[in-house]
Order: sequence, then C-alpha cells, then structure tokens
Amino acid sequence: MTPRPVLDVRDLTKVYGTGEATVHALAGVSLTVERGDYVAIMGSSGSGKSTLMNILGALDVPTAGSYHLDGVDVSKLADRQLALARNRLIGFIFQAFNLIPRTTAVANVELPLAYAGVKPKERRRRAMAALDVVGLADRAKHEPNQLSGGQQQRVAVARALVTEPALLLADEPTGNLDSHSTADVLEVFDELSAAGRTIVLITHEPEVGDRTKRLIRLVDGQIVEDTRQSALDRRPVGATTGRHTA
Amino acid sequence: MSFYEVIRFALRGLSANKLRSALTMLGILIGVAAVILLVAVGNGSAKAISDRIEALGTNTITVMSTGRGGSSSTALTVPIANALVDPGLAPDVASVSPVVTASASTMTYEGSEHSVSSFVGTTPTWFGASNTPVGTGAAFTADDEAQGRRVVVIGQTVVEELFPGVDPIDKQVTVGGALFTVVGVLAQKSSTGFQDANDTAVAPLSAVREVLTGYGSLNSILVQAKSPDKVDAVQSEVATILNQRLKVSATTTATANGGSSTPYRIQNASQLLATQTETADTFTTLLGAVAAISLLVGGIGITNIMLVTVTERTREIGIRKALGAPRRVILTQFLIEATLLSVLGGALGVAAALIGSSFEIVGVKPVIVPSSIGLALGVSIAIGLFFGGLPASRAARLRPIDALRYE
Repeated sequence: MTPRPVLDVRDLTKVYGTGEATVHALAGVSLTVERGDYVAIMGSSGSGKSTLMNILGALDVPTAGSYHLDGVDVSKLADRQLALARNRLIGFIFQAFNLIPRTTAVANVELPLAYAGVKPKERRRRAMAALDVVGLADRAKHEPNQLSGGQQQRVAVARALVTEPALLLADEPTGNLDSHSTADVLEVFDELSAAGRTIVLITHEPEVGDRTKRLIRLVDGQIVEDTRQSALDRRPVGATTGRHTA
Repeated sequence: MSFYEVIRFALRGLSANKLRSALTMLGILIGVAAVILLVAVGNGSAKAISDRIEALGTNTITVMSTGRGGSSSTALTVPIANALVDPGLAPDVASVSPVVTASASTMTYEGSEHSVSSFVGTTPTWFGASNTPVGTGAAFTADDEAQGRRVVVIGQTVVEELFPGVDPIDKQVTVGGALFTVVGVLAQKSSTGFQDANDTAVAPLSAVREVLTGYGSLNSILVQAKSPDKVDAVQSEVATILNQRLKVSATTTATANGGSSTPYRIQNASQLLATQTETADTFTTLLGAVAAISLLVGGIGITNIMLVTVTERTREIGIRKALGAPRRVILTQFLIEATLLSVLGGALGVAAALIGSSFEIVGVKPVIVPSSIGLALGVSIAIGLFFGGLPASRAARLRPIDALRYE
C-alpha cells in the first residue's frame, strides 16, 4: 500500500490582474510531497514561490488546478472548513514572524490550540512542550518585543507545530535573521525533520536549501528542477511513524 | 471554542492596549455623562422654580392692580382689602394682607449702608400667607400695625450686610430718615431666581406708608384661602367683591384673571406654577439639544477610535485567520471588545453623572431624568457596536493573505 501523500497539487495556476496587465504568477505547478519529506523551494524573486506558498498554506486561492492536503481537497472547502484546515493540517511560519504583539510567547503558541477548542490546562501543557522543542521554555512569559528575531521565529515555529499539523510550511523563515539566529532556526528544522515532520520551506539562501532532503527550483511560475540531494537522497523512512513530537 | 474563551480573548485584546482602551472609554464616559448631567441641570432648575413657587404657598392668590398709577377709582386701597374680609360674601378667605413694596430703600446702621431690594409693608398675617417664617426674634403684631410702630423684620442678606457678627435684634436702623427697631430676622429662604429672596425687610403697613411709600394705592393684596383646594372658590369670591367695589360689569368677570379689561389681576400660585414649568421645560429641551450634540460629537469620537483600532489590527486578524480562527470567532472577539468598551465607558459615564449630580452646578441642584440615562447609554453602545462591528466584519471576511498584507 502506498502512503497517502501529504501534499498533492496538480496544474496549479495563479493569475493576477486582467487584460494587458495579466501576470501568471504560477503557470501550472504539479508537486507531490510524501510524509516525512523535507523540501526547499528556491527561486529568484518574482518566480512565484511566495504565491505557491500562500496557496499551499490555504491563505490564498489558486486560479485553477487542484490541491489535496492530507487527502482533503482544499480548493473545494468553504470558509469554515478552510479555517479548520489551516488550524489542524497546516503550521505556517512567516518571514516576518507574525506573532501577536503585546502577547506573551506562551499565549501566542496557545492561540491555534484555543481556536481548535483545546481546554486551557491542556493548552498550556502542550504550548510549553512546543516551546521546549524550540528551546525557549524559559522565555514563555516574554512578549515578542522582548525577544530577539531568532527567538521570535522559534516561537513562531513552536506555534506552527503545536497543533501537530500534517505539514509545516515556512515562508523564508530565515529571511529576516542574522547568520547566528539562522543557524538556531535551521537546527530546529533539522530536529523536526529527523523526528519525522513533513516540512516545506521556501528560501533564496543556498545554505538553507542545501540542508534539505529535496530541492525544487522555481522559475517564472514553473518547476525547472526537482532533485534529491546528498546522503539523504532516498525515500524518507519512518513515514508511518511521522507524527510524534521530539 | 467556547463563548467564555472568546470573552477572555477580548479582555486580553483590551488589556494589550490599555491606554487606547482607557481613552476610548473616556470619550464615551464624557459623552454619556454630559448628556445625563445637562438634562439633569435643566430638570433641576425646573424643579427649583416650581419648588420656589410652591413655597410661596399654593393656597394663596395675589390681587394686583393693572392700572398703573391711574385713576383712584381703580386702585387697590386698604378699604378694598378690608372689604375682602367678609364671612358672608367670602366664606373661604382665611386672611387678607394688603402689601406695599418700596424698592431699593437704603437702610443704615452705625454708618454702614445697605440698599434693601424689597421693603415690604404689610400686616402680620402676611408672614403665614406668604410662607415666610421668622427665624429669630418675632414678627410684629397686629397692635404694632394699628399703632404704626416703627419695627422691622429683616432678611438674612440684610443681616449679613448691616450686622456682621452682631445680633440685630433690638438694634435701631434708619430707613427713609426714620428709626426702625429690628424685632426679628426672617428664616433663610432658598433663592433660585435672579433676585435674592433674602434681601428683604418687612415692616407694618402703616409705618411703611407713613415713612416710605405714602398713602397711595396698595401694590397688591395677598389673600389666603382656608385650604389649597379652596383657592378657586376664593378667587371667584374675591373677583365678585372687587367687581362690586371697582364697578366692573359682570360680563368681564369671566376674564378676571389677567384679563386686560379689568383694573385688577388675580394671580394664582398654581397658574404661575404652570407657566413657569412650561418655561423650564423649554429650558430643559434646549439643554437636552446641546447635550445631544455633545453625544453626537462623542459618538463620532467613538466611531473614529473603533475604526482606527480595527483597521490597525487588520494584520493581527490576518495572523489569527492564518492560525485557523473561524470568521465567527474573530467577529465575536471584536464585537465583545467594542461592547465592553462602550458598556464600561457608558456605565462609568452614568456613575460620573450620578456623582456630579450630587453637587450644585451653577447654583442649580441637578435632578437626574431616568430616561436620559437610557438614551445616552443606548446611543453610545449602539454607536460602539456598529462602528466596532462593521470594520471587524469587513476584516474578518478578507482572505488571510490580504489581511496579512494590509498596511
């Protein structure tokens, strides 16, 4: 039996504007990501990688094409179910961290759980566990403006993985960070990947792309290269045991 | 996600921006308090006027001459006043007090001078009929009046002006070149009008006529009925006698009160009350209109702050949506924030108005009108909800990516 892919997109297109000003941000992207994979999508600016990311994160809707996330056809969901899909299936990490201002780290991490209807006590326990994974359990009571960029991004990672989503999406997670913080965050990603998490990230930094198991290059809204790399160049193992915390 | 959780979210949202929340509430507070207080001041002044008229005595009528220094045949005189005391024709009359008033007569005592705004000459029954009790000392007696003794009862303001720190009883004052002995001091009277009700002096009619006003006509006759419900009967009895004495034809008696065809005018305290209440109501309406404008301005302030608050947090709404918050939860959170702000602000405004109303404002004791509380609260809450809810629902409907990109 073949395991169900986490991510399965077919002929995805996204068109901005009309008439003369039409821009084809995505011109037919097909992509399958198996459970436990660690994928980097690279491309120059304007290649459509951010558009792809937003569609994969169910933040934006494609113009055409199908998108199955963990077996669910996301393109056919109504607003209510879409909110549920964002909450349960996807953990999204933004380039700009996007923590809620003036709210403690632990409260930020708890937020997706609150929307999922988890009881406060259980919520606090799981949020603290997630912060522990990213190594920030001792900063739980700090507000975002009291944390460094790297720490903020690690809080955002904790927030993304606290609901145990099928897929972690990261939109240039190290784009706003210095090299030291970048290393911290990438280390967290490596650990998560080793623990069997499925991660898709976009980046334009080669040293970030080099650490992943699979590298996809996007040019003008189309995939031009899709390679498995280095010693990790193999089908991911432990696909069925993927969902457990580190 | 339970409703309780959403409320906690809203509270956290409010406490995350304490200063802005406090300022928003302050705006609502001022708007609500202004409306309630202004209406209360209007209402209070109306009450004060009616209280004062009621203090004049609702069981009296005042007969005044309409002929201004005209022929002696239409003037009110002492014999006419005496004629009103007639158990046969006027069985409901309790007392009749002829009144002469000398305005701005100068009273001196040991070199200090004071111009008494109202120097009244009358009979001892006047004190009871006009509801003007004597505080210390005694009123003059009927014998004083008959003998024309120069005794005087003075008001509180006169005491303060002429006798600072001195007991005025049995002191002698000079009025119009004659010496008067102070026998009593009137009790403090509440004065709410433009004239000081305590700046007065009362002396026997005979003495005042001899010294100040001369033996001309009376200014008015104060007639007291035996009970408040006999006032109308007394009025018609008095009118009948006056018509007889002043030879007014019977056809005009119907318009006796204030009618221009009679040489006299009968003023009845309850009529005065009705007129004054009408005036006061107009005043209240005016203040209410001013207050409504301030509520409107306050409302625009609330609108502005709510719009800014929500617009500024569009990005936050985007983050929450990206984390899987359903539209309903976001809308509820912002609606509850708006409700809490306007309800708390409104409630504090009501509290401020209630506290403020316990003080005198420009000499008026405000009296709260309950409906103004409801109106002010209702309007501010409705504005807060509408203008907090509208932009929130717009933001909640945005796609997360558009909300996130919002600058």
